[in-house]
Amino acid sequence: MSSETKQILTTDGIPLEVSLKKAEKKNKIRAFLLVAPLLLFLAITYIFPIGEMFMRSVDDRMVTNMLPKTFKAMEKWENLEELPSEEVYRAFYEDYKLLVENQQHGKLGQRLNKEKNGFNTITKKLFRQIKRKKIDESASLKEQINKIHKRWRNVEFWQAIKRTAPPYTAAKYLKGVDMYLAADGSIAQVDEDRRIHRILWLRTLEIAFFVTLFCFFMGYPIAHLLATLPMKYSNLLMICVLLPFWTSLLVRTASWMILLQQQGIVNDFFVMIGLVADDNRPEMMYNKVGTYVAMTQILLPFMVLPLYSVMKTISPSLMRAGKSLGGTPFVAFWKVYFPLTIPGIGAGCLLVFILAIGYYITPALVGGASGTLISNQIAFHMKTTLDWSFASAMGLMLLTGVLVIYWIYNKLVGVDNIKLG
Amino acid sequence: MALPSYTETRYRIWHYIYIAICTFVFFFLIAPLFVIFPLSFNAEEFLVFSEGMKNLDPDAFSLRWYKDMVYGTKNPWGLAAKNSFIIAIFATIGSIILGTLAALGLSSRHMPYKGLIMATLISPMIVPLIISGVAIFFFMAKAGLAATHTGIVLAHIILGTPFVVITVTATLSGFDHSVTRAAASLGSNPVNTFMKITLPLILPGVISGGLFAFVTSFDEVVVVLFLAGLENTTIPIQMWTGLREQLSPTILAVATCLILLSTLILVSAELLRRRSERLRGINR
Repeated sequence: MSSETKQILTTDGIPLEVSLKKAEKKNKIRAFLLVAPLLLFLAITYIFPIGEMFMRSVDDRMVTNMLPKTFKAMEKWENLEELPSEEVYRAFYEDYKLLVENQQHGKLGQRLNKEKNGFNTITKKLFRQIKRKKIDESASLKEQINKIHKRWRNVEFWQAIKRTAPPYTAAKYLKGVDMYLAADGSIAQVDEDRRIHRILWLRTLEIAFFVTLFCFFMGYPIAHLLATLPMKYSNLLMICVLLPFWTSLLVRTASWMILLQQQGIVNDFFVMIGLVADDNRPEMMYNKVGTYVAMTQILLPFMVLPLYSVMKTISPSLMRAGKSLGGTPFVAFWKVYFPLTIPGIGAGCLLVFILAIGYYITPALVGGASGTLISNQIAFHMKTTLDWSFASAMGLMLLTGVLVIYWIYNKLVGVDNIKLG
Repeated sequence: MALPSYTETRYRIWHYIYIAICTFVFFFLIAPLFVIFPLSFNAEEFLVFSEGMKNLDPDAFSLRWYKDMVYGTKNPWGLAAKNSFIIAIFATIGSIILGTLAALGLSSRHMPYKGLIMATLISPMIVPLIISGVAIFFFMAKAGLAATHTGIVLAHIILGTPFVVITVTATLSGFDHSVTRAAASLGSNPVNTFMKITLPLILPGVISGGLFAFVTSFDEVVVVLFLAGLENTTIPIQMWTGLREQLSPTILAVATCLILLSTLILVSAELLRRRSERLRGINR
């Protein structure tokens, strides 16, 4: 039986298989064209800029571009414990002279000073010598430069120049976890009293973890109540969850600022029931307490809504069956109901955790100094110190963490299962 | 939640504890919003309930701060409200168009790499806002769009489209594609079919996605903080500045208005959701 005789043809005489494939391909292109505008828009305005953040965070081409001849000459510098050859000195002198002509030498001095303290002074001295035309280019430049300052005779300074040769650096990432590249190329920790970033990372994780935990313990009972109450009552109670969900974040933060202030209602209440003395009202804002309370209330709807949508699908007869088979209500709940809600728990917890880990506004307003998170640090470097490459590096470290969680979320629940309202 | 008469005492006690916990959580969720209402009518400058207010003395209440919000000298709220509405409306329109088109493509069963593309399209919702803010700022600064309305609108379209994509994809999941085939077999072209058949059926999803996009834009502060100049100030920016410097009762008046607005949006979103479920034949 040959396949040619059995091949089914369409009315145009084209084999059916080919014709179907063509139609399929056409449909694929049509579907893709519908998605294309948004995909293109996001790629240009969002995805590429995130890539650019990466480039910015590792970019260290400034010195590489400023001292091209020096680095070329340094390739032949083999014994790094001895001063480089005349050739390197000459190359460095030529590069530096060019920078002086373009008035770029100041930037180089500052950058090298970061690599090795005291560099700015000796580049400035060299600059003055060049300005006064005191350097004789026909004689040995090594001798002349070495005479300008004793640090030029110190091999560590030449090693520092060599360290800046690679166009890319991981220094900003190391700085993000309180480490740095030491002179001998090994990774070292900064002094203990200057390790601020690691504290921030840990605090961010801690706050995100506890906020998720609080949200879970508060969200689970009310999601259960909402899912089991008759519709007419649960719809009314649902407003209590949805109204905060739709209300501006800043409005909710403002109301917590009013409630938690020292003369505020919460403190009034504590005084009234005799928990604290009137003249000894505790500070509940501008510290971790404020951050915990406000963030829990703000993120609670994100826990309740996924839990509710899962619990809604669990038939009440399952619990009855569990009880009728001899389980106490607790056993029936623990062995039957609870395992069925695990997808909702996973979705809710990961959603709250992801949102909490990147929180910015609420901690900045009610957190004070001990309640600030990693996001606040990123904003600080973007707006105040203008160290954008460091802000980018910290942002990408945070993003990596979030993407890992997102990936787990996708594996467990699937992103297309996110429900809103 | 009446308990059956045969319930043992310990479960009865447990049940009441459970109800008490739930009451506390609902109170915790909703009460903070209601603190703002009475305080915004305070006649005095302090953000605590005065003796007069506790005794319900009419003199202790006034519209002073609402007047200040509308007529106050060197008042930023008018400009901020205008900017906020303009930006939110254009961002919503942009999000709806781009998001609905993408959702239509994603719902087609011919779509290749569906999971990956979906993940990319909704990534602005998952990526922490501060990172989105930094990335968008780098782009807008390069494109010369920083401190312009256009730049902020584009940024809010990025943040708003995921919501439209999600809600419209959800609406389309219950969509009966035979109706569009019926239209095509009766001689309608694809555009006509979309306008006359598909769009009316998915409209609730489109509008509720649009509401999410509107609220996202209207409430967004992190990205705007990076992008806005003095001319582009919005309500959230003004609130942010106000809350950082000094919590004034005028902010509470604005907050009250915002709560009323969100109530309005909540009601419309709920009505739309029910209509959409009815149209998709989900009966409860």
